[in-house]
Amino acid sequence: MMKVVWKEKAIKLMLFAAASTSILIVICIFVFVGKEAGHFAIEPGIKELLGSRWVPVSFQKESFGLLPLITGSLLVTLMATLLTIPFGVAAAVYIAELSRPSEREILKPFIEILAGIPSIVIGFFGLIVLVPLIKAGFGLSTGLTALAGAVLLALMAIPTVVSISEDAIRSVPASYKAASLALGASQMQTIWKVTVPAALPGIIAAIMLGIGRVIGETMAVMMVTGNAAVITASPFDSVRTMTATVAAEMGEVAFGSTHYRALFCVGLVLLLATFGLNMIAQRVLKKYRMG
Amino acid sequence: MVENDSNGDTPFKIRVADLDFYYGSAQTLFGITMDIPPRKVTALIGPSGCGKSTFLRAMNRMNDIIDGARTRGSVFIDGHDIYQDGTDIVALRKKVGLVFQKSNPFPKSVFDNVAYGPRIHGVRNRRELAAIVERSLVRAALWNEIKDRLDKNAMDLSGGQQQRLCIARTLAVEPEIVLMDEPASALDPQSTAKIEDLIDELRRDFTIVIVTHNMQQAARVSDVTAFLYEGRLIETGPTRTIFTKPHEKKTEDYITGRFG
Repeated sequence: MMKVVWKEKAIKLMLFAAASTSILIVICIFVFVGKEAGHFAIEPGIKELLGSRWVPVSFQKESFGLLPLITGSLLVTLMATLLTIPFGVAAAVYIAELSRPSEREILKPFIEILAGIPSIVIGFFGLIVLVPLIKAGFGLSTGLTALAGAVLLALMAIPTVVSISEDAIRSVPASYKAASLALGASQMQTIWKVTVPAALPGIIAAIMLGIGRVIGETMAVMMVTGNAAVITASPFDSVRTMTATVAAEMGEVAFGSTHYRALFCVGLVLLLATFGLNMIAQRVLKKYRMG
Repeated sequence: MVENDSNGDTPFKIRVADLDFYYGSAQTLFGITMDIPPRKVTALIGPSGCGKSTFLRAMNRMNDIIDGARTRGSVFIDGHDIYQDGTDIVALRKKVGLVFQKSNPFPKSVFDNVAYGPRIHGVRNRRELAAIVERSLVRAALWNEIKDRLDKNAMDLSGGQQQRLCIARTLAVEPEIVLMDEPASALDPQSTAKIEDLIDELRRDFTIVIVTHNMQQAARVSDVTAFLYEGRLIETGPTRTIFTKPHEKKTEDYITGRFG
């Protein structure tokens, strides 16, 4: 008898350990990234990060200003969001409200396949199709631009947005739609004035989760944005994102150097941004009982 | 008996002719033929599943939104067959409003709920909208309770208030006919009484068709009663006649509570 109880307890403990691993890992990541970033905060100090030049290797004076990297990431992410919202919501509305069941059975799996394509492969597509297209289409000297990065990120965010928005739209009670139709509203009026507004919290959460997923995206963006660390608001300039910076420089940096620690600061900023976005999205979903 | 209506209306507002309804391969309405008088309350009674709700929804083509639904026959409203090709469904549903069994306000403010219909039909002027909202809420006997809370979310109202709000929302598009699908079945007796008083008021301006499974309610509020059984119209006539000396044995059995 005693033996059985002991066994049960052991199994329970193992399951508990498995379940709590993810929490442990999140804490570890915060601790270790924070530790290296903390060294930078002491020497040369947080002020150094606020500069507008990122020149980590120099014969005269290195500078570790994060502004060009943050604005690069912001520009690409914001444009990606602007592309994602109309396209993702339109697709979700079509699939949820207008498609025939047979169309839905084709559309849904394809959108899920898009979500599963490795980002490096999307990067290839960007490099050989999108970048030349942008170069020719806008008459630029190079197609390696913030716009190219934004389009690829939008491609990666759209599946998440479509899938969660569609669930939100489908969960709008049929009685709302019936009420609208009974008042003489057309199907389109009903969709845009009743169904989508009622599903809005879910759609907003979907957009935040989609963006949260791509803000940390690296490879595809690194391949097509040109990686020039400049502060710009033009979609036709080359930019360098935070993720691309870490990926490109981490391999060559001296362990424990100031540059090394500066890269951890970049990582910490990214971590906090995605963490914040996810928290807000989960809050919204939970508040409207969709999560 | 409605031939010489004092309002000068035609003797019938709605004429249903040989109406069949199919849900997939199952037929649920069989050759229903009946006239519905203007500015009167017509009650449709019958046991659950007898097709009274389907019949009601056939009168503003709300059955169209059900997959696999098919209607045959005619429903003439003011002489026009609404099942004819090329019927303007938007205009039809504006003219023939529907109040649902379960109150279904939009998750918007009280004002926006009532203003929804006028807005989609093109009313933009704020003053005009405010006037329509007030008039509709007054007609639905809700204005006094709610006039200071027009910006409040409609979902926070009580069940009875929500249903009267839905009636106000229907009235706001100025229908001529109001269909009501068991409008008080989910309400407490007090709220039910309010809805019945309201129906009594509305009969002056509107042609009302009400589905109810509550026979006392039918007797209280209606001028004409139609008894449906298993998708067929068994009998229709003045409510007093139906409830005191029905022609059909089935009607009598149902009314005296022998089944249903």
